[in-house]
Amino acid sequence: MKIVVLMKQVPDTYGERILDPSTGLVDRSGSDAVIDEIDERALEVALSYKDAHKDVEVVVVSMGSTAVTVGLRKGLAMGADSAVHVLDSALAGADVGWTSTVLAAALTTTGFDLVIAGNESTDGGGGVVPAMVAERLGVPHVTYLESVQISDDGVVGERSTGRGKLRVHAALPAVISITERLPEARFPKFKGIMSAKKKPFTVASLGDLGIDPAVTFAGVGRSVVLQTTKRPARASGKKIVDEGNAGVELADFLVAGHLL
Amino acid sequence: MSNILALIEISNHGDLEDSTPSLLAAAAKLGTPVAVVVTAPGAGAALVDHLGRLGAAQVYLAQGEQVGTFLVTPQVDALAAAVLAFDPGAILTVNSVEGRDVAARLAARIDAGLVIDAVDLRFEGTNVVATHSVFGGAYTVESTVEGGPTIVTVRQGAIEGQADAVAPVVTTASLGSETGRSAIIDEVIDNVVVSARPGLRGATKVVSGGRGLGSQEKFELVERLADALGAAVGASRAAVDAGFVSQASQVGQTGVTVSPQLYVALGISGAIQHRAGMQTAKTIVAINKDADAPIFDIADFGIVGDVFTVVPQLIEAIESRSKK
Repeated sequence: MKIVVLMKQVPDTYGERILDPSTGLVDRSGSDAVIDEIDERALEVALSYKDAHKDVEVVVVSMGSTAVTVGLRKGLAMGADSAVHVLDSALAGADVGWTSTVLAAALTTTGFDLVIAGNESTDGGGGVVPAMVAERLGVPHVTYLESVQISDDGVVGERSTGRGKLRVHAALPAVISITERLPEARFPKFKGIMSAKKKPFTVASLGDLGIDPAVTFAGVGRSVVLQTTKRPARASGKKIVDEGNAGVELADFLVAGHLL
Repeated sequence: MSNILALIEISNHGDLEDSTPSLLAAAAKLGTPVAVVVTAPGAGAALVDHLGRLGAAQVYLAQGEQVGTFLVTPQVDALAAAVLAFDPGAILTVNSVEGRDVAARLAARIDAGLVIDAVDLRFEGTNVVATHSVFGGAYTVESTVEGGPTIVTVRQGAIEGQADAVAPVVTTASLGSETGRSAIIDEVIDNVVVSARPGLRGATKVVSGGRGLGSQEKFELVERLADALGAAVGASRAAVDAGFVSQASQVGQTGVTVSPQLYVALGISGAIQHRAGMQTAKTIVAINKDADAPIFDIADFGIVGDVFTVVPQLIEAIESRSKK
């Protein structure tokens, strides 16, 4: 079985995340770039299945700038067998439509039985790319899984929606996305780090994937940013130290603001 | 005015979800609201009157045996058929797990541009312009779609108001049974607790508790204040990880984003990840023992003190006022 894990590079949430006001795009130079933690959990799902099934091949795929290399190497060090990096300057500012088209093309190239992604990234947070990829590949998808059992012919799991849980299954090939309810990723071991250097690492351009933007994306709607405004920082207001009467003072504050 | 499709979410019990009024209000801002309702055969007709009261000028009832068994694809098929029937200016879904899934597959199928998590919408010429609140409200971004149809997922409860009530024109359609592309729903575990409290998403008041509450038992204080204020209950990730409350209550970057009139943070330090989920609240109140907690930097009213003495006094003050 071949499992492909989709990974995305995001600005580290422990730093300040910045949008470039002239382009509306994430300023990736303004903060440390890391592989989104949720994608490492997705990789962990694949690797723990591989631990028990030695014939499983795990491929990590990412689309992004050269900075993605570090994250993909980490994926290899954790135990993935090979990596594919889609790198093309024409993809700067790609929306979810373009991104899902390119990832679907990359998955067609690698081949797959199961695709695993994080449910939503910490930067864009759209949570739509996995289902879009599934539609483009003509396969079932199950997103937002809180538990996953993989078998030779299918995947079973539970997903949370706003109104309760669903137990669902899909036949393979399929695309799934997982939530942070799934276990944290393992740390790369020294041996893994050393062997990662010898594992296949493919860098693919759009041309390599058979995509000519002028042809592939003609007539396809694309979301674009018109304007970006930084909201003024929220100022702190009144701050008091409780001297036995703070609860009553707070009630007065709420009354004054018509909040009771 | 152009037709605006709005995919209505239906509860496990066959009722309209709470997201419906706001979604139809969003559709009415742009044009003529067309409610797209996807149900098992015969189950949709009962919803027509209610949709009319919420401003749906047209109701498109798509019915099929596979609804409730096939995951997401019946809704995608229904919207794709409605797009052909109504030639809409935009297609709206709720920015929920299901709404995003449907929007995603539909966008890929009909080559539409997809705009996610809009908090406001307007037409500029023939383009739909969506407003977004990004990185927890640190930025306001406007976006649009170029070169193809427009699909927008709309944040729950973000758009207020209600369209005028109408008597809807109803179209009924049968869903084809095609699909090798669908996952299958084996069981619905309806674990939504029956509660008089408002839901977290879209709530006008939220009281959240953090690690400072100390234990699952003591977290009850958060619920008491929420009930006194008529607020929804939220929590920080620390409180969720500590097992005080279920993950559904988590406010923040990896949980729910809220934008209420009043947000009360009890025993929450205010890590950047938590602030990302609540800092667009109109009024923020924080109570924390630690005078240096970052939550105070964004609080309109901050109290350095013990939640277990301040909050009971606050509840008492609220209750004595309501008795007057």
